[in-house]
Amino acid sequence: MPDSTTASKDILMGDISRETIRSADIDPTFVDKIVAAGADRIRTCIQCGTCSSVCPSGRRTAFRTRELMRKALLGLKEDVLSSPDLWLCATCLTCLERCPRQIKVTDAIIIMRNMAVKEGFMLPQHRKSAQKLLQTGHAVPLDDANQEMRRELGIVEIPPTTHSSEQALAQVKEIMRQTGFNALVEGEGAGAN
Amino acid sequence: MPNRFPNVEKSIRVVLPKLGIDIEDLQGASCCPAPGVIRSFSEPTWLALASRNLALAEAAGHDILTGCNGCYGTFKEALHVVHENPERLKEVQRILKSVGVKYEAKADAKHLVEIIYNLGLENLRKKVTRPLNGLRVGTHYGCHLLKPTKLRPWKQTQKYTFLDELVEVTGAESVKYKEKFLCCGAGGGVRGSNVPVSIDIAREKLDNMIEAGAECIVDVCSFCHLQFEMSQPQLNKEIGDRYHLPVFYYTQLLGLAMGIDPEELGLHKHVISTDALVDRFL
Repeated sequence: MPDSTTASKDILMGDISRETIRSADIDPTFVDKIVAAGADRIRTCIQCGTCSSVCPSGRRTAFRTRELMRKALLGLKEDVLSSPDLWLCATCLTCLERCPRQIKVTDAIIIMRNMAVKEGFMLPQHRKSAQKLLQTGHAVPLDDANQEMRRELGIVEIPPTTHSSEQALAQVKEIMRQTGFNALVEGEGAGAN
Repeated sequence: MPNRFPNVEKSIRVVLPKLGIDIEDLQGASCCPAPGVIRSFSEPTWLALASRNLALAEAAGHDILTGCNGCYGTFKEALHVVHENPERLKEVQRILKSVGVKYEAKADAKHLVEIIYNLGLENLRKKVTRPLNGLRVGTHYGCHLLKPTKLRPWKQTQKYTFLDELVEVTGAESVKYKEKFLCCGAGGGVRGSNVPVSIDIAREKLDNMIEAGAECIVDVCSFCHLQFEMSQPQLNKEIGDRYHLPVFYYTQLLGLAMGIDPEELGLHKHVISTDALVDRFL
């Protein structure tokens, strides 16, 4: 029984397994960047857990908003940005409303998501939506079934959006080129996740 | 809305003129873009594209009217960002100018429900010719219609009633149910990337509505609408056949009470059939 022998030996030696936060994992500039991007009260967090207690995703998953805020404050940048949990927030804004320190919690999450995407962490389904926006000007473009439904309902078949104006689509594409969205979604490093 | 729910769009186009509201299409509009996903990927892209849509309305001399909580959130927040940060406004203006679009951040964004509510309940009641007496409705406000409360026009409260009042003006009853203000579970990219979590949030809402005796849902957001229409068949497949609440968009309910032909309101194009409920009032 090699397993139990090892286990009892560990207990005897007091070698309790524990999670250690190493100095190398801490990026002290992480929280500065979050503050600079607009979540300016995040440092006032008292870890009361109100955010977690009102979170609809947290009710059914291990996602804990409070933990995310604490990790952000500690500067555990890689841990936060690489975690799929960062994408469990439904942006319902309840935590932002209820935070006793008036921290813009949802804004902080969106800021960290922006950082994650910049580092190449983007879920495949999200990349698809982003690509559709790049191609059509809409994250959810018109499909054949809905075009058919529009015809049956007697409303203009192609909506008067970027779908029916090449000039408008060209504008939108140029704007996304300038903001770096193309490079972000399609560029080098994209697809790292 | 035009790409996902042309039937809801049709109801908006039919009902608003009958309330004395003229609408003009925003020519060349793009995706708002979505506050949960696109804003999460690249806030500067989100801000620039939202500002372009607002600039189109500005050039037409109007405010933007939207029937979606997501678009509403995007426009309200995008205006807030540039109003509070002159340097962000300058940056957006520079980008828009390079594509020939002028932007002063002068046009506001309004939700369809805001416009309808401002007509006054008494005036709306006068339009009701087919009261939906006895219909028990689970009213769903959604999140971005109400929050952040500092950036919304509603009087701040823990318990909003304006949408319940709008539902009840039709003769229907807006039932009290547990956690009326809970999220539908679709937003923030959760529906896109984690379907099980997303539809489980919807399930909780549906259970609460059903427990209170609701026969249908009324919503005011294209993404909440999608969530309730699509998650019910998914849940029926996965956990047993028990979710069949027809999902009305508000103008469909109001239009029905105003005596408008259900097909003119797109009610025959729903995922979950509205026929049995609609037939009760014909």
